Amino acid sequence: MSRPARHRVLPGFRLSLGFSWFYLGLIVLIPLSSLFLRTFSLSWEEFWGTVTTPRALAAYRLSFGASLAAALANVVFGLLVAWVLVRYRFPGRDVLESLVDLPFALPTAVAGLTLTTLFSAKGWYGQYLDALGLKVAYTSVGVAIALTFIGLPFVVRTVQPVLEDIDVDVEEAAATLGASPWQTFRRVLLPALFPALLSGFTLAFARALGEYGSVVFISGNMPLRTEIVPLLIITRLEQFDYAGATAIAIVMLGASFSLLLAVNLLHRWSQRRLEARPGA
Amino acid sequence: MSIVVEQLARRFNRGGSPAVSRVSFHAPGGAITSLLGPSGAGKSTLLRLIAGLEIPDEGRVLIDGVDSTQMPVQQRGVGVVFQSYALFKHLTVRQNVAFGLEVRRVPKAEREARVEEMLRMVQLEHLGGRYPGQLSGGQRQRVAFARALAIRPRVLLLDEPFGALDTRVREELREWLHALHERTRLTTLLVTHDQQEALEISQHVVVLSEGRVAQAGSPADIYDRPASPFVASFIGGASVLRGHVQAGRAAMGALSVTAPAAAREGEPVHAFVRPHDIKLAKAVAGAASASTATGRVERLKPVGGYVKVFLRLPSGDEVTVEVPRSEFDALGVAEGDSVRADVRSATVFVGDYSI
Repeated sequence: MSRPARHRVLPGFRLSLGFSWFYLGLIVLIPLSSLFLRTFSLSWEEFWGTVTTPRALAAYRLSFGASLAAALANVVFGLLVAWVLVRYRFPGRDVLESLVDLPFALPTAVAGLTLTTLFSAKGWYGQYLDALGLKVAYTSVGVAIALTFIGLPFVVRTVQPVLEDIDVDVEEAAATLGASPWQTFRRVLLPALFPALLSGFTLAFARALGEYGSVVFISGNMPLRTEIVPLLIITRLEQFDYAGATAIAIVMLGASFSLLLAVNLLHRWSQRRLEARPGA
Repeated sequence: MSIVVEQLARRFNRGGSPAVSRVSFHAPGGAITSLLGPSGAGKSTLLRLIAGLEIPDEGRVLIDGVDSTQMPVQQRGVGVVFQSYALFKHLTVRQNVAFGLEVRRVPKAEREARVEEMLRMVQLEHLGGRYPGQLSGGQRQRVAFARALAIRPRVLLLDEPFGALDTRVREELREWLHALHERTRLTTLLVTHDQQEALEISQHVVVLSEGRVAQAGSPADIYDRPASPFVASFIGGASVLRGHVQAGRAAMGALSVTAPAAAREGEPVHAFVRPHDIKLAKAVAGAASASTATGRVERLKPVGGYVKVFLRLPSGDEVTVEVPRSEFDALGVAEGDSVRADVRSATVFVGDYSI
């Protein structure tokens, strides 16, 4: 139990901490624990049976796989976009800056519909991809694309401020020491950006796991093939199988929470190296 | 390992004024050369052009007699130290110093030996395992020096290296750099806006103004024989007196000093007088010589070991005089008193003075 020894200008550590716990309890913890209560109506065998059906397993694979692919794609391209926005001044920069946030603002169903239209066999993109024998709409690739779309802002917005703080001097120093542009990127920039990239990745990944609206349109929702976990849960609910729905939700919740916790620990470890202070 | 710059020019904005316009100078091998000038004079741009971080529009850079104008920065073999330190925050002191050797693929044993040698040289061998965030400003800058010197550069380029440090550390590091240079004898280019720094540690000074060389020479040349009104006013905190040529002398009110040989009768002139080139004495009626005027003490400002006296001359010009504390006490003047000012030395230029 340590209380901040330093005097703070703004008082209220105990009050604000207490409220934080209360607030998170009220809007996160209690709703989620009711989820657990629901599943208690199932026996362990019933629970295990429900969460390991081939249909459920396929849905986990697709949800986690596509979310991972989307988050990784966003790390690469989000970094690129952030780089361009931070390092260059060009006409249309403000427009690009606002475009980045658009996936935040747009109702995800609109995004889903738009992407489906574009990628369907007769759509603007789809007609060319179709000619090459590539199918995007109603496949897992389509799911990943929708998830990439909605996750982009997370990486850009977490990397941008960190990149702004990195002095161009540091890159120039690396160059004068003989580092090639690739070595400078790999050995100087990337380690400095790693914590921010990890944060962006986590946010994009978490967002993608929970995404529903944009995916249902482009995926086609074929069980075993293009059905994501959130959709499977909805399907169960529509069949009035509340216990089944919550059982799958629990698995999803447990997996997401462990992943987020692991990434947060990794983040803390990488951040600590950058923020070493005297006496640390 | 001299650095020669020939007609170097760099313009950032089309149509704007050039940052560096046709600059030529020579930095002798084994010496410290200062690029001195106010901010915006183009000194940092010049350094970056020499380092290869900037590409010139015109002109040539010769390092050790070899045209290096088009040589990529990675191959120039220049050690650069930035005002911001520019250390790699995620690497320890030792890893920072080793960076240049690693990317140059220096074998491990040699690399480690050289890193230790460099850390000893900057007296940081006990802090090799720390991260830059755990060091003081002065220590960080010494790491930056060690990192730059580890690659055995042909020349050392310093861009306001002590600009972000407080006065005491700054003066310590200045001494330290001087001692380091005594040992390494590396050709060094020092960008600074601090004339004290330039005059103190360099053997050669290039004064820059608005992207051009205003004067180049030894510190003594620059200080004692300023070539232009700009240099005279920039160096040494001089006061300006205005007057005309009368009977072959530069007359400023009752005061007159020797006029430049080229000055014609009646032409306007202005003279720069350094704060310590005026001798004050008690005002006595009569006994005035040509270089003496009686002025009124407007304001007194004690600054540690000396007192700044702001004097109004009968001509209306104001001059600043620095009087050592003991001399001031013996003189015994107060604000409002009249004193006799004896101008012992002045630099006179023909023409009107305008800032």
